[in-house]
Amino acid sequence: MKRTVFLICLLLAPLAATAAGGNGQLDEVKIDLRDKQALQRGARLFVNFCLSCHSAGYMRYDRMGKDLGIPEAVLKDNFLFSAHRPGDLMKATMPHDDAKLWFGTAPPDLSLVARSRGPEWFYTYMRSFYQDEVSPSGWNNRVFPHVAMPHVLYEWQGTQQAIFHKDEHGQQHFERFELTKAGSMSPEEYDAAMHDLTNFMVYLGEPAKLHRYNIGVFVLIFMAIFTLLMYALKKEYWTDVK
Amino acid sequence: MEKFMQWIDERYPLTETYNEHLAKYYAPKNFNWMYYFGSLALLMLVVQIVTGIFLTMHYKPDARLAFESVEYIMRDVPWGWLMRYLHAVGASFFFIVVYLHMLRGMLYGSHRSPRELLWLVGMVIFLCLMAEAFMGYLLPWGNMSYWGAQVIISLFGAIPYVGDGLTEWIRGDFVVADATLNRFFALHVIALPLVLAGLVFVHLIALHKVGSNNPDGIEIKKNKGPDGIPVDGIPFHPYYTVKDLVGVSVFLMIYFAVVFFMPEFFGWFLEHDNFTPANLLQTPTEIKPLWYFTPFYSILRATTNTLLPYLAGVALVTMVLAVMAVKNLIGRALIVGATVVFIAGLFTLEAKFWGVVLMGLSIVLLALLPWLDRSPVKSIRYRGWMYKTAITVFCINFLLLGWLGTQGVDETKTLLAQVGTIIYLLFFVLMPVYTSLDKTRPVPERLTK
Ligand code: HEC
Ligand code: HEM
Repeated sequence: MKRTVFLICLLLAPLAATAAGGNGQLDEVKIDLRDKQALQRGARLFVNFCLSCHSAGYMRYDRMGKDLGIPEAVLKDNFLFSAHRPGDLMKATMPHDDAKLWFGTAPPDLSLVARSRGPEWFYTYMRSFYQDEVSPSGWNNRVFPHVAMPHVLYEWQGTQQAIFHKDEHGQQHFERFELTKAGSMSPEEYDAAMHDLTNFMVYLGEPAKLHRYNIGVFVLIFMAIFTLLMYALKKEYWTDVK
Repeated sequence: MEKFMQWIDERYPLTETYNEHLAKYYAPKNFNWMYYFGSLALLMLVVQIVTGIFLTMHYKPDARLAFESVEYIMRDVPWGWLMRYLHAVGASFFFIVVYLHMLRGMLYGSHRSPRELLWLVGMVIFLCLMAEAFMGYLLPWGNMSYWGAQVIISLFGAIPYVGDGLTEWIRGDFVVADATLNRFFALHVIALPLVLAGLVFVHLIALHKVGSNNPDGIEIKKNKGPDGIPVDGIPFHPYYTVKDLVGVSVFLMIYFAVVFFMPEFFGWFLEHDNFTPANLLQTPTEIKPLWYFTPFYSILRATTNTLLPYLAGVALVTMVLAVMAVKNLIGRALIVGATVVFIAGLFTLEAKFWGVVLMGLSIVLLALLPWLDRSPVKSIRYRGWMYKTAITVFCINFLLLGWLGTQGVDETKTLLAQVGTIIYLLFFVLMPVYTSLDKTRPVPERLTK
């Protein structure tokens, strides 16, 4: 039996490794959904800078307020656009068709981006805009080549250039970023803000995540006790089986 | 109470049924943990049906609303997220349980006489379960749902002459679309579950007719006491009901751990690409089915022109073995004729078509096990090194094929999958040979611990 369990663990380990792998070039980011302050800062950033173009159309304002501990008055004053009520879905303020006209592609709904792309990808994306004359908008992104989205936070981060090197086959490889003009934030401050935003995006992808770990702990404790009881019951019944 | 039971029993065989299937159903006393998976499969069937009913209350089978309604369930429906995770993770756990249930059969020879029909019913259940899972996977209308269905349905297009018409008939449209979603919904929520429930009922009736096998592969009914009760049998209730409860608890603990702490299971149970809505214009980088289909998917993809000569080789080996086994002339002529036609077909029809055939064959071969296995003993405990080696290689190979099916294709991986496909086929084709050559140990009269 022990050997079986061990074998199963052995089998599962590479599964986890291969499934989590993929693009090895992403920056790491630690997600902590218990940090309500960070989540609130992320929410504010998202509402102020992203919601003009992007929707989070599966999410309701009041649900967010309740989950993150934002009082309703604050929610109304600081988070809601004038046309919206607390029970509304978080829809973009810019009409879909206008956006399509301006950017060539409509800004996609961001409710689930942290689940479909992963938090690491998102964090890296937000830090990897660089100036590029080749691109029509003047912006490019290391993990999203020729992105149609302008770097909306460049005043914070400043502007950066990407340094590439060519290998012997003439292929371009990304090396590092070089700050060409400092922003209003230091690199550390900017990273911290993006960390908050990423944290919030993970919450936005799955609000139930705030609760399911806590419930899960109770469920497992209950199941452990139940298992012991059942085991004792079985032992009792089976004493007369020779 | 007694009067009441009598009243019932005169009108419905309640006590009789209870005795026949529980209190006086005698099961071998030496079941090990591999014997939990039957009742666990039953449990998972119930879990899927119950959670499915709750999901159906809020889900909208409409191409414009489906994705949104699933997110609505995840966010706005109280405990909706739990129902969805129980159901989605449950599908994967159902397959884990059923695969182990089938492996148990292969280890202890449970498919052998007199349980061939039980095994065949099981195989039909397996097919239905695959169809059920495949159709269910389209319902969230995520991009992987969409493209997965697109690719799998288009496989039928490889069938000569009728292929194109057939795929259109399945989809109800030229591409996977609203019509497809609606019919898959109907099949997933009512048609297939009904069939499954019926088949499981037949499965259990068949089991109780012949009685359970056991890890020793000994027929306990051959050794009955003076009271007509097998000496090595114990009543299913209460002994196995309480024992199964232990199995159920441990199983639920693992299942709940995944549901609450890692429902995506690193993208193996819920795929990342399925968190974006279906998009006809945006193909995911790797289109792959969920893990429980990937061994068969691997076999499908491995069937390219380079594999065909080797398949012809396998067919020739099969022919020689079959000719040696069949003694009459007409039978032999038929076998040779069929092989010639098959090999001619291999080199005239497209490899794609043979991929589909091979994928189907790889499941049919499992159904033939009761007749391919020629060993005088049933259980692996009394078999020699040949069967032990063969089944170990088969299991590793099955996992390898499964893993390859989740990966993109490149030269080495295709080669590996092709070798794996040939090994898969040879396990079955050569089985009559190695199981009859294998040195077995004597089987004891009574069950061992
Ligand atoms: C001026 C409008 C605009 C604003 C403001 C904006 N975006 Fe975008 N964003 C876009 C457009 C347009 C795209 C589509 C890019 C493409 O497909 O090339 C996009 C794409 C994205 C993507 C990629 C989504 C995917 O999976 O393809 C992410 C992530 C993203 N934006 C995040 C943000 C965040 C976070 C903010 C707030 C800090 C923000 N955006 C603010 C216009 C905007
Ligand atoms: C919905 C899926 C299924 C359910 C609910 C189910 C249920 C059960 C149950 C309750 C038992 C008795 C307990 C046990 O022996 O573990 C059993 C036995 C058996 N099942 Fe299944 N089963 C399913 C699928 C299958 C499949 C796919 C196969 C193989 C093709 C299969 C083959 C068998 C065999 C051979 C036995 C007898 C085992 C023995 O006596 O050693 N079953 N099944």
